[in-house]
Amino acid sequence: MALQSLDIVRRSATTTPSPAAREQPRVAKLLDASRCIGCKACQVACMEWNDLRGEVGHNVGVYDNPADLDEHTWTLMRFAEVEPEGGNLEWLIRKDGCMHCADPGCLKACPAPGAIVQYSNGIVDFHQENCIGCGYCIAGCPFNIPRISTKDRKAYKCTLCSDRVAVGLEPACVKTCPTGAIVFGTKDDMIHHAEGRIADLKERGYQNAGLYDPQGVGGTHVMYVLPHADTPEAYSGLPKEPAIAASVAAWKGPLKPVGMALLGLTALGAFLHYLKYGRKEVEEEAEAATGRGQRGEV
Amino acid sequence: MSQQSMIDRYTAGERIIHWVTAIAFVLLAASGLAFFHPSVFWLTGLLGGGTWARVLHPFVGVVMFVAFLLIAVRFRHHNVLSGNDRAWLGRIGDVIANRDAGVPPIGRYNPGQKLLFWTLLASMIVLLLSGIVLWRPYFAPSFGIGTIRLGALLHALSALALILLIIVHVYSSFWVKGSMEGMLRGKVTRAWAKAHHPQWYEATRK
Repeated sequence: MALQSLDIVRRSATTTPSPAAREQPRVAKLLDASRCIGCKACQVACMEWNDLRGEVGHNVGVYDNPADLDEHTWTLMRFAEVEPEGGNLEWLIRKDGCMHCADPGCLKACPAPGAIVQYSNGIVDFHQENCIGCGYCIAGCPFNIPRISTKDRKAYKCTLCSDRVAVGLEPACVKTCPTGAIVFGTKDDMIHHAEGRIADLKERGYQNAGLYDPQGVGGTHVMYVLPHADTPEAYSGLPKEPAIAASVAAWKGPLKPVGMALLGLTALGAFLHYLKYGRKEVEEEAEAATGRGQRGEV
Repeated sequence: MSQQSMIDRYTAGERIIHWVTAIAFVLLAASGLAFFHPSVFWLTGLLGGGTWARVLHPFVGVVMFVAFLLIAVRFRHHNVLSGNDRAWLGRIGDVIANRDAGVPPIGRYNPGQKLLFWTLLASMIVLLLSGIVLWRPYFAPSFGIGTIRLGALLHALSALALILLIIVHVYSSFWVKGSMEGMLRGKVTRAWAKAHHPQWYEATRK
């Protein structure tokens, strides 16, 4: 929902400028994987604040519950048992959800004007009333986040509690996290906070600890502190170098103006051909000569 | 023109299937371009708005494919490149400039029409296959994300090729006076046939 339409800086399928009279500071949510205990309080808080109730599912043999993101599950704890160094089992838990890319692939791919917006504070939000249900956002997203509802065919994902943030509150998951694994503030502050955490982790032997703020999508407004930042894939498939796919970039980039221009030029070419050469007409004498009626009507 | 000087070119059935394809094409091009470029998103109005356009576009697509397939089956043997076709293509500059004297005589379809026929068929096959990959909610969920992305790109490329060819096709039907009547009422004048498709004209006299 657009509480602050003045703060929208980018709007899907829109080629004219958005309101730019004011600008908010960039915000970010920092998820510290080294502090997360996998309690799923954030999942519950998300359901509570956004008033979402999914179907009660089944245990599929792992801790992930529900098994995947869906229209009712905008954030999900993903659990991975891995051996980063031989024989050293680690339980890597990651809170999955929208990364709020600075350069959002979903927004780039979306054909419906105003169905996806980006606020000046960096939050990427879906406006379901404008969504046509085509699923292009799914093709555009490098993180496999948007989900189409089986009921209303609209796309849903984490809003970073844009409604709460707009009135000066932190997102619900941040509010509820019992270990301080989720923090929220300006992006600069969060990067600074992460540096402290990373220094601490390195001191404790996590030499590859680092910040996940992938530049391939212009950086993200949801960032991770990862003890094993050299292998983000180990955290349930977090992509190492996410970027908008080349096929999507071509399709929703140069092909759009080039394609439209090509069609326009073809039509123009046809008109110019008519102006220069005119129509191919069969001469009247030829009509008369071949016509059996010979009545001369044309 | 009197009835005696007209010859049959298309049966009622052939004309109906052509215009089913044509109407489906207009609806598809309008809604497809609307999804392609925001400047023409308003064209979704033709199918009842954004969501309705998204719902209906693939079904109309199947109608167009099936209709064109019927045309393709019926007319494929008329569209094999042969005889004077290569020589005719060598004089394409003269054909375009309406300097038709001395251009090699051709049959029921000219090589330009034949090439159009095969490229239309190819683009529609690509559109059908890539369209199935993109079709929500029915088929898209069963394809991988890489396939869907490639499908979207191929769908856009082949659709652009198709629309471009149809612009040429529609203009040509206006350019060559008398052609439109052939597809609307099924008949062309003898002079038209003799001038534009002399070998076919000779064949109809036997």
